[in-house]
Amino acid sequence: MLTRTVLPRPVLARAVLTRAVLTRAVLTRAVLALALLAAATTGCARTGAEDDRPVPDVPGGAYSVALTEPDHLTPGRTTSSYALQVLSGVFDTPVGLDPGDGHPVPLAASALSTTDQRVWTLTLRQGARFHNGEPVTARSFAAAWDAAAYAPNGWDANAYFTQIDGYDDLNPPGDRQPATRHLRGLTVLDDSTLRVTLKAPFSQFPMLLSFPAFAPLPQAAFSDPDGFDLHPIGNGPFQLDGAWRHNQRIDLKRAAGYTGPRPPMADAVHFEIFTSKDTAFTELRAGHVDFVTSVPATRAYEAKRTFGRHYAVRPSGTMDYLGLPLWDPRYAKPELRRALSMAIDRKGITRAIYNEVFTPADSLVGATIPGHRAGACGETCEYRPAEARQLLQQAGGFTGTLALYFANSDPSYLQWMTAVANELRQNLGIRDITLRTMAAADLGPILNHHQATGPYRQNWVADYPSEQNYLAGLLGPGTRSGWSSPAFDALLAQGDAAPTAEQSIAHYHQAEDLALRELPLIPLWNWQDQTAWSGRVGNVRLDPYSAGLRLEEITVRH
Amino acid sequence: MGRYLARRLLYTVPVLLATTFLIHTLVFVLPGDPIQGLAGDRPLPASVLAELRHRNHLDQPLVVQYAEYLRGLLHGDLGRTFTGEPVADALAGRWPVTLRLGLTAWFLEAALGMALGVWAGLRRGRWADRAVLGGTTLVVAVPVYILGYLAQLVLGVRLGWFPVSGTEAGWPTAYLLPGLVLASFGAGYVARLTRSALLEHLRADYVRTATAKGLPRRRVVVAHALRNSLLPVVTFLGVELGSLLAGAVVTEYIFNLPGIGQQVFQAIQLREGPTVVGVTTVLVLVFCLANLAVDVLYGLLDPRIRHD
Repeated sequence: MLTRTVLPRPVLARAVLTRAVLTRAVLTRAVLALALLAAATTGCARTGAEDDRPVPDVPGGAYSVALTEPDHLTPGRTTSSYALQVLSGVFDTPVGLDPGDGHPVPLAASALSTTDQRVWTLTLRQGARFHNGEPVTARSFAAAWDAAAYAPNGWDANAYFTQIDGYDDLNPPGDRQPATRHLRGLTVLDDSTLRVTLKAPFSQFPMLLSFPAFAPLPQAAFSDPDGFDLHPIGNGPFQLDGAWRHNQRIDLKRAAGYTGPRPPMADAVHFEIFTSKDTAFTELRAGHVDFVTSVPATRAYEAKRTFGRHYAVRPSGTMDYLGLPLWDPRYAKPELRRALSMAIDRKGITRAIYNEVFTPADSLVGATIPGHRAGACGETCEYRPAEARQLLQQAGGFTGTLALYFANSDPSYLQWMTAVANELRQNLGIRDITLRTMAAADLGPILNHHQATGPYRQNWVADYPSEQNYLAGLLGPGTRSGWSSPAFDALLAQGDAAPTAEQSIAHYHQAEDLALRELPLIPLWNWQDQTAWSGRVGNVRLDPYSAGLRLEEITVRH
Repeated sequence: MGRYLARRLLYTVPVLLATTFLIHTLVFVLPGDPIQGLAGDRPLPASVLAELRHRNHLDQPLVVQYAEYLRGLLHGDLGRTFTGEPVADALAGRWPVTLRLGLTAWFLEAALGMALGVWAGLRRGRWADRAVLGGTTLVVAVPVYILGYLAQLVLGVRLGWFPVSGTEAGWPTAYLLPGLVLASFGAGYVARLTRSALLEHLRADYVRTATAKGLPRRRVVVAHALRNSLLPVVTFLGVELGSLLAGAVVTEYIFNLPGIGQQVFQAIQLREGPTVVGVTTVLVLVFCLANLAVDVLYGLLDPRIRHD
């Protein structure tokens, strides 16, 4: 067959070997030259924010936003924050959240009423239409919610419908097929009235309705689901201009027939999709993109320096925790758990690793949540190494290996976990600490099946600004934590049934205090998002209650 | 020659089967549950998990999964990604980008590398030679991502000569900068390879003979020395074509090019079996064909090599 008589590969190897001698000296020089070049370029790069004249407050124009590729654009099929940013412009949910304090305000609904926190009547705004002209009716909402809650559809937002009466029939255990496709708790009274019956009283329901999965869907979403996912037809201030071009861009334009409460200022919004957030930031510096809403924390100082007034840090509802393997008897004593918490220098870590963009946590819920009490955690969340050591002794010490579990999705996880390991070693004298880092696909099942033998990274992204969302989502029955406390569950239920917001918050506070005494979960830090923008755009208001930007408010110099 | 080609093409069938099975096993045998990983820190309801597992054949034994995959492959169906998009569609949209990037880089690599190599080889020991050796060491030594970000900052943002990222500017404008960065490593290599091979052959007896015959220097170098020197270079460039197509992961990430590299990167992170196997299948094909082309080229460069 093949007679390959020549000598390609040995020659190749020799060429490399003889040159290897040269490399060290040349390399040193090369690195020096590169460093100089890098210093020269970062020092005087052109900024995207050089135009400092105020942007006129007139309608029109177009702006662009850097985005990460979403998974889906059908509201019930996604819970990814990237999709939510687009969907917040394309769809009006029944209620929105007030930028000031996050309380629900009418959006697609004109009213939402209840007498017992269990049966809710949703009255729709008159005359609203989808972008294709189809009227938005109570049926459009019922159909969307039914589809999301129906297990065989496999939609990601399925769990958001748990509270609605009849959810369990659409999600039978095991491989059984559901016998019905409709949520029993949804009754269409007429074209503009929907009655929602919940399994149990739930005072936070209006806030839940601000989540995009509760947006209405037109007929087209069901006749051609895949086509709809590429070109969703919504009822919001913006409509798609052409289909979603995977990994490249999503273009929105002003929806012609929009009559709702958020008429847009700009004529068009272009989402440009980036895989690398660093590249997106570079494009902003080059003046090709107007918004980067997630500047990497590592580039905080550079962003501050380069963009000045066109840079803002927005507190977010996202938090990191250290979860504890309560199923392991070594972690059974609250004293030991408090000792671990007090041995961690939150301030030092957020400064060293997150450039002070993240802030130390002092409560189980995010700092932007109505009812949040600064310092709720007390000295348990403060750095007190001496007391931590004492507490550990009271608890009878710690034996064996302390393994720390986390995913390798972001390099900063390894950094802060290493810092935590060092602090536990130094402050508590626990010698044998190992880091167990793995792919998210491996870590999820280990944590969900309670197979972890040590503390793990737990993260929570708030769905709606309520203490209940954190407490029930992290520590309620059936959650990953494995914590069970009938008293805690009862307090949450009392909060859910309370007739006023103040009363429900009071119950949630009691529940939080109870949890903080037992400390099944150690709060670490609150996230903040960094946004930088060009001098072309104005009226930028960043609040912790929106998916990113309030797209309709942005004005453009044009 | 025709029979040789046919036989070589037939060999790719078992190679393809073996590699896809291997990748399939590697992807699916790994512990963990990709579907649960999808949901992040918030557990998905059991009913949805069961549905998604069923949809992606993850509830079946490995052999059945592989058989299913092969059956689909015969019908031209590469399966679906976890988000429900057919893998074939996802790849169809992305191949042109990677192909354009890979070929651009390959031509830059071949042209730059050989030109620099010949230039240095003919000026052995002089400043030009030293400059090429130093310069190529530099680009070979610097990691691609540093080179990439630096090129973006200097040539894209500061000087504005090239687009910073994306494919909006079209070919060739949008592909020149990433192509150059991707080609840098290989070009340095090709230059060194060409130079050392050329030096070796310039000292050979037959070159001395050719010179003694009174042939012009130009003809001695191009037709005699260079032609023989190109054998290792062609081998390298052949294999390199495959590597460029497969190795564009970092470059595509930095320059935000929606190509195969990006897709593989995301698919591996999500443990998305069908995508990983699908891309690998196509890449194995490319490697097989590139190797075949190299072997055929040998015959053209060196008449002593026969394929029969």
